[in-house]
Amino acid sequence: MQNIQDLEKILNSELNTKIKSSLIKHNQIYLKIEEANLTEVILFLKTNSKTKFRQLIDITAVDFPEHEIRFKLVYLLLSHEFNQRIIIEIDVKEKEIVGSITSIFPSANWMEREVFDMYGIDFKDHPDLRRILTDYGFEGHPLRKDFPLTGHNEVRYSHETKKVIYEPVKLEQNYRNFDYESPWEGTKYIKEQTKE
Amino acid sequence: MAKETKTLNLNFGPQHPAAHGVLRLILQLDGEIVEKADPHIGLLHRGTEKLIENKTYTQAVPYFDRLDYVAPMNQEHAFALAIEKILKIEVPIRAQYIRVMFCEIGRILSHILNVTTQAMDVGALTPTLWGFEEREILMGFYEKVSGSRLHANYFRAGGVHQDLPKGLDKEIGEFCERFPKIINDLELLLTDNRIFKQRNVDIGVVSKQDALDYSFSGVMLRGSGVPWDLRKSQPYDCYEQFEFKIPVGKNGDCYDRYLCRIEEMKESVNIINQCLANLPVGPIKTDDGKISPPPKKEIKQSMEALIHHFKLYTEGYRVDKDEIYTAVEAPKGEFGVYLISDGSSKPYKCKIRAPGFSHLQAMDYLIKGHMLADVPAVLGSMDIVFGEVDR
Repeated sequence: MQNIQDLEKILNSELNTKIKSSLIKHNQIYLKIEEANLTEVILFLKTNSKTKFRQLIDITAVDFPEHEIRFKLVYLLLSHEFNQRIIIEIDVKEKEIVGSITSIFPSANWMEREVFDMYGIDFKDHPDLRRILTDYGFEGHPLRKDFPLTGHNEVRYSHETKKVIYEPVKLEQNYRNFDYESPWEGTKYIKEQTKE
Repeated sequence: MAKETKTLNLNFGPQHPAAHGVLRLILQLDGEIVEKADPHIGLLHRGTEKLIENKTYTQAVPYFDRLDYVAPMNQEHAFALAIEKILKIEVPIRAQYIRVMFCEIGRILSHILNVTTQAMDVGALTPTLWGFEEREILMGFYEKVSGSRLHANYFRAGGVHQDLPKGLDKEIGEFCERFPKIINDLELLLTDNRIFKQRNVDIGVVSKQDALDYSFSGVMLRGSGVPWDLRKSQPYDCYEQFEFKIPVGKNGDCYDRYLCRIEEMKESVNIINQCLANLPVGPIKTDDGKISPPPKKEIKQSMEALIHHFKLYTEGYRVDKDEIYTAVEAPKGEFGVYLISDGSSKPYKCKIRAPGFSHLQAMDYLIKGHMLADVPAVLGSMDIVFGEVDR
């Protein structure tokens, strides 16, 4: 097994221009890179004999609506040989198109479809970019922070039309989101009052 | 004169008993040969990740039971470990033993279900009936320790919710004595069974390289001859203290995967026995009052305990700003939680990495060129549960 510090050094020397920052935390390597270098870096990590990250574990995105660059795409890779994990992060703007890595890892196919479905991030050269988890004809991207928890539509079987119909969500009682923060640490309403 | 043929599109599921849930498979058939399979998933999508973002860490635990609902505690384990690593909590040794023991019970629960239903998919009914009797007993243990048979909600960050009730360790011990005989009975029915072998040997073969490329984990990876088990390679809780073997297949076909599961059940019994033999005494959750709630008795006496109880069950404990990926060896493969906390009492993001998702993705690759009747056999051996695939 390779030492995680050595591995980080190897990565930094071999890919030095392509890495924005690297960090070791919780016994995992966190790499920040540019979107333009994504496929190159992942191909390097997979094929290089000193890294051998031969398995893609997952791809996901994180939404930060208040950031200037809204999304963060996260790639998790695993090296069986060296028993190491690496987390690769790239920043992605809204409506930016990211290169697909399906040609490197076939398993990226569904993972990228899921990111597309949940966050609306497009992938270039993806063989089959369709929605995957949501309903046929679904609109919106549910895991974005501005998507309401209750959703927009609800389904029911209509006895009049004898089929399943979609209607806007109607709640008997609104979803209640209580503010439980300690009053002495300043709940939102007190903060707002003191501001005035 | 050449006969004109055309391919047939067949809709397999979503209401099909051999689809193991709500899978819709669009199959392109040439006669009885499958040319292409396009799985449509998401029919059981409940937005678990979105819901977790809106709940406190304590409230999020039950959602993990509803992912892979045949081995609930294994998944709670991944979530609990993620929080513990961020908060740097020491888990008392007794709690670790209890968690390992119930994870192995979960593994047996899942493998019994899979092995016997796989047999049912290829035409044998008896194993299911025999196996489910044992599952019922195991779920009885779940109920005794947590209060419910399926959705346990038992593991907490820092330990488990409550201690084992009196006499449960003895009952589990009795089960472990009896269970290897049941596995033997199942093996007598299946392992050398001519029909079972005809339907499984050399069906759905996965090579080592493809298993890696398609992000396989767990039995799907080990069946193809890759000796990789997170319990050994990246041990969590007290797995290092136990002796057990990792069964590895040779050919990567459905039959090897079945054999791996049978062997794993035997190893699980072995681990549970070791747990019971060395079960330490002591606390079952961390004594950090800011994370684990005070005992009921104290609430009636102590003002401080009452305040803590109230705050822990309303606001919940806070988790420092951090980002982590933790994985456990769930019965179906690597189950991971990628957690981003922002210092509040609710997760900012919680991505769930379900093993079944990547397994099902390879359906097209696995089934191409096989007969229609092999579809259930391959599906069965992949061990798909839609709770975790659709999330």
